[in-house]
Amino acid sequence: MYKAFISVLRKELLLALRQKTDVVTVLFFFLIVSSLFPFAVGPELNTLKIIGPGVIWVGALLCSLLALHRVFETDFNDGSLEHLVLSGEPLTVLVIAKISAHWLITGLPVVIVAPFIGLQFGLSAASLSLLLGTLLLGTPVLSLVGSIGAALTLGVRGGTALTSILILPFYVPVLIFGAGAVVADLQGLSIDGHLSILTAMLCLSVALAPLAIASAIKIALE
Amino acid sequence: MATFFFLVAAILTVWGLYIGFFVAPTDFQQGESYRIIFIHVPAAWMSMLIYLVMSFWAAIGLIMNTRLSSMMAHALAPTGALMTFVALWTGAFWGRPTWGAWWVWDARLTSELILLFLYIGYMALRASIEDPRRGDRASAILALVGVVNVPIIYFSVQWWNTLHQGASVSLTKSPTMATSMLTGMLVMALAFWMYSIAVSLMRVRRIIRDREGNATWLSESSGVQ
Repeated sequence: MYKAFISVLRKELLLALRQKTDVVTVLFFFLIVSSLFPFAVGPELNTLKIIGPGVIWVGALLCSLLALHRVFETDFNDGSLEHLVLSGEPLTVLVIAKISAHWLITGLPVVIVAPFIGLQFGLSAASLSLLLGTLLLGTPVLSLVGSIGAALTLGVRGGTALTSILILPFYVPVLIFGAGAVVADLQGLSIDGHLSILTAMLCLSVALAPLAIASAIKIALE
Repeated sequence: MATFFFLVAAILTVWGLYIGFFVAPTDFQQGESYRIIFIHVPAAWMSMLIYLVMSFWAAIGLIMNTRLSSMMAHALAPTGALMTFVALWTGAFWGRPTWGAWWVWDARLTSELILLFLYIGYMALRASIEDPRRGDRASAILALVGVVNVPIIYFSVQWWNTLHQGASVSLTKSPTMATSMLTGMLVMALAFWMYSIAVSLMRVRRIIRDREGNATWLSESSGVQ
C-alpha cells in the first residue's frame, strides 16, 4: 500500500518535471491575475492593503481550479486510471497520492510565490507569514475538494466550466477563513479560531474527500 | 395522486393568502411590506427541506441501487432551485423598502445564494451526463458532498458576516408575531409543501416515462394514469 502510494506519487511528479510548462503556466496565471487588481481598483496602497489577502486567496483558488482537470483526466483518457482501479491497491490511497502530487505541483508553487505578490499589495511581514500559513493549510483543502469535482466530471461534456460550478460553492468556507485570518489579524483580532477551523477543514477533507473521489472514479469507469 | 396534492395546494394557497391579505393586521414597524413573508418564509423553508429530501433520495438510490429513488431526487431538484430563487427574489422585494437595499451580504441571504449554486451544480452535472444511471450516481455523490458542506458553509458565512459588518440587520429580533400572521404563514408553508409534492410527482412521472419508455409494465398501466 505504501509502495503503491510512493510509486504513484513519483510517477506524477516525474511527469510534471518532464513537462514543466504546465506548472509554469499556472504560476504565471496566478501572477497575472493578481496583478490585474491594482489596475482595476487603482494604485492606492491603503486600498490594496485591504484587498490584498482576498485577491491572493482568490488567485490561489482560481489556480487550483485551473489545474484540476489534470488530476485524473489524462489518466482517464489513456486508460491508466482503469489500471489503477484494477490494481487491487486501495483506491483511496492512490487517490491521495495523486492529489498530493497535484498539490506539490500546483499548490505549493502558488504558496511560495504568494508572499511576493503580497509585497506588491503592501502587506507587512507579519501578514505575509500569516498568509503563507493559511495558504499552506487551505490549498490542500482546495485540491482535495476540487478533485471531487474533477472525478465527477470525468469524460463528461462541459469540462472545466462544469467543474467550477460544482466546486466553487464548496470553496467558500476555505476562502472565508483563509483570507479572513489575515484581515482579522490586520484589525488586531485573534486568529486562533480561523486557524483551528482551517485545520479542521483540512482534517475533514483528508478523511472524507478520498472516499467520495474513489466512488466517483468507479462510477466514471463503469 | 398529483392532482389531489395540486387541489390541496390550491385550496391552502387561497386560504393562506386570504389570511395573509385580509385577516393579518398591518405590522406597526414594517407596514404592508411585511406581507411578503407569506411567500418568502415558506419558500425559504422549502428550499432547505427539499435539498435534504433530495439528498436523502439520492443517497438511497446510491446505496440501494434503486432507480426510482434517484428519479425522485432528479425530480425534486428543479423545485428546490425554484424555491430558493423565490426566497431570494421575494427577499429582495422585502429588503428594498425595509432595509433600503435590494441585497445585503447578510448571512442568511448569502447562504441561500450558495444553496442556489448547489442546486444549479447538481442539475448541471446531471444534465451533462448522458447515461442516466451514471448521472444518478454521480449527482448523488455531489448531493451528499453538499449535505456535509451545507452546515459548514452556513456557519462560516455567519461568522464571516459578524466579523465584517456586524449584525446591522437581523431578521431574528422581530417583534412577537400576531397569531393570524403565524397561522397565515403556516398555512402557506403547508400549501408550498403540497405544491412541491404535487409538482415533483408530476415530474417523476414524466422522468419514468422518459427513461423507462420501453418497459412493458408502463404500457400496460398507462391506462390507469
